[in-house]
Amino acid sequence: MVETLIMQAFNGISLSSILFLAAIGLAVTFGLMHVINMAHGEFIMMGAYTAYVVQNAFAGLGGAFGLYVPVALVLSFIVAAALGVVVEKLIVSRLYGRVADSLLVTWGLSLVLQQLARNLFGSANVGVEVPEYLAGSLVIGGVALPYTRIWILVIALACLLAVYLFMFRTRFGRTVRAVMQNRPMAAALGVNTRRVDAVTFALGSGLAGLAGCTLTWIGLVGSSLGQNYITQAFMTVVVGGVGSVFGSVFGAGFIGIGQSIFEFLTDASIGQALIFLAVILLLQFRPKGIFAQSSRSLEDE
Amino acid sequence: MTLIQPARTQRNRLVLAAVIFAALAAAPALLPMFRTTLIARFMCYAIVAVGLDMIWGYTGIMSLGHGVYFGLGAYCMAMYLKLAAADGGIPDFMQWSGFDALPAWWAPFANPAFAFAMVVLVPVAVSVVIGLLTFLHNIKGVYFSILSQALALIMSVLLVGSQQYTGGSNGLTDFDTILGASLSSPVTEVALYYVTLAVLVGVFALCFFLVNRRIGKIFMAIRDSENRVRFTGYNTAVFKVFIYALSAAVAGVAGALYVSQVGIITPSDVGVSPSVQMIVWVAIGGRGTLVGAILGALIANGVETAASESFPDLWNYLLGLVCIVVVLFLPGGLMDLPRVPARIRAWLNRSRLGGGARLSPGDRAPASSATLSGKEARDA
Repeated sequence: MVETLIMQAFNGISLSSILFLAAIGLAVTFGLMHVINMAHGEFIMMGAYTAYVVQNAFAGLGGAFGLYVPVALVLSFIVAAALGVVVEKLIVSRLYGRVADSLLVTWGLSLVLQQLARNLFGSANVGVEVPEYLAGSLVIGGVALPYTRIWILVIALACLLAVYLFMFRTRFGRTVRAVMQNRPMAAALGVNTRRVDAVTFALGSGLAGLAGCTLTWIGLVGSSLGQNYITQAFMTVVVGGVGSVFGSVFGAGFIGIGQSIFEFLTDASIGQALIFLAVILLLQFRPKGIFAQSSRSLEDE
Repeated sequence: MTLIQPARTQRNRLVLAAVIFAALAAAPALLPMFRTTLIARFMCYAIVAVGLDMIWGYTGIMSLGHGVYFGLGAYCMAMYLKLAAADGGIPDFMQWSGFDALPAWWAPFANPAFAFAMVVLVPVAVSVVIGLLTFLHNIKGVYFSILSQALALIMSVLLVGSQQYTGGSNGLTDFDTILGASLSSPVTEVALYYVTLAVLVGVFALCFFLVNRRIGKIFMAIRDSENRVRFTGYNTAVFKVFIYALSAAVAGVAGALYVSQVGIITPSDVGVSPSVQMIVWVAIGGRGTLVGAILGALIANGVETAASESFPDLWNYLLGLVCIVVVLFLPGGLMDLPRVPARIRAWLNRSRLGGGARLSPGDRAPASSATLSGKEARDA
């Protein structure tokens, strides 16, 4: 009984950490620019494929193979962030204030990126080999907790800390929050909103890439990897409240732990349906999410 | 799209619709059977697209989950067809799952009248519940879009998960007869083709009638500024639930027609990706025009079929790029093509002035949107 409880709690927290990693970039860009990035899942996929490529590059190195992990983490962030910069410049910067349109455009982009991945890496899923020091499990009270999932949790917490410090303890983070709250006023006070947008979008994309890199340890990599997470990542953002870092933590926890409980009580498919119902019920009371910024504006999104 | 549409534009759209319908009516006589059933499938999509245009193009509700209602209609119909094929027994996939008797809620679907009623009633019931839960509490815009997308995900997960009742990821297929007529006979196929065309014309006529009435003006007013409509004393939630349910019913009928002609419905036909594609057809054709939705659905699917016959890989690039280009540079879709030169000039002017294209989400007054030729100011 205790074992099942620990196992379920760990599953829930693990799923939450994955959802948080997938959603945090989305929450920031969504809150800042009111742009729905449907291609966010493809940034995750790009990060995952980056990890795969790095792993292949390290494959011949024998004992040094395990070192690929930190390299892959850094590179997946950089690759996705670079892609984010390009996408922001070419597409997203044209779409401010056109929420529905941004959704369609980035969906088109996600189609292109998926097909690109299929053409580059083949349509079959590929696996990434987990290095030895991540392969085992931590045994607590007769329950085996895989190291990979523990590390994902650690990385998620590190990302949370980093985003928190960035947003609340740096000058640039303060301007980001200012633009989020009132774009015209921030611009009037001399904030270069264009630069804020570009940097934040790159950061959000980079975090997605990082999420993709960690996902390679718990599943196969394929062109549709991002699609598996994107809808739930959006739900996480909506539950938590757009633009709120802590909202994403709460949203991820709510959906991750809730889904684990429901899936344990019923089965995988009904569990997902129940958590969706729970989200709808929650939104009855807080239509803009739990940690929504209060605003007197009427026509806000 | 300004609030008051010039009568001439509406007449032109009617003429275009009439031309399309005439071409569709002539198709079975001119094309081989294989192509005819293909076009029948596209017409089912066009029916969904018209319904979607009502809620998105006219009312501003962007539903990314209309595959759900399409699927509900299709599965209701498929249950009837499956039972008709089982001929009093139980469907094959249920036998494989170890069922001895039909589940109680499957049994009534053996009656065609019940099944046909359910094709409409089930989508309406689900959409009214979802609509009340969201619109009454003012969940709107992107929030609604994301929830509706999640709904599509749930639908496909549930269909796959409850394999013993729904056939799982294989879906429902292997149908035999409809109302006693063999589904594979050319006569039935042509008859179903014309039934589909009649439904398409009927749905178009109904929607065209609605948008030119007072109620249509209210829909457009909700799209352009919901708060102003509320302050004027209208309960916008009621209108939104009504139009959402109407489009769900339309999608359900389209799904039923689809499954009778295509002969299979699977969870992958109703999930997240097909649902987004439905919106994309409307965007490509031109939202808020009705006939544009039909055009978009027919052309997008026609090109998809042609492309995937010769270059299967290219289609995703093509659709993705068309989606990007159309929304960025042609927000009015194909219906806006005649006005492209003027739009390019306006766009150049705006980017030269700078700033104008970067209005913050907060200050998009409908008055200014009308002067900016409209489309870009439309939010979710």
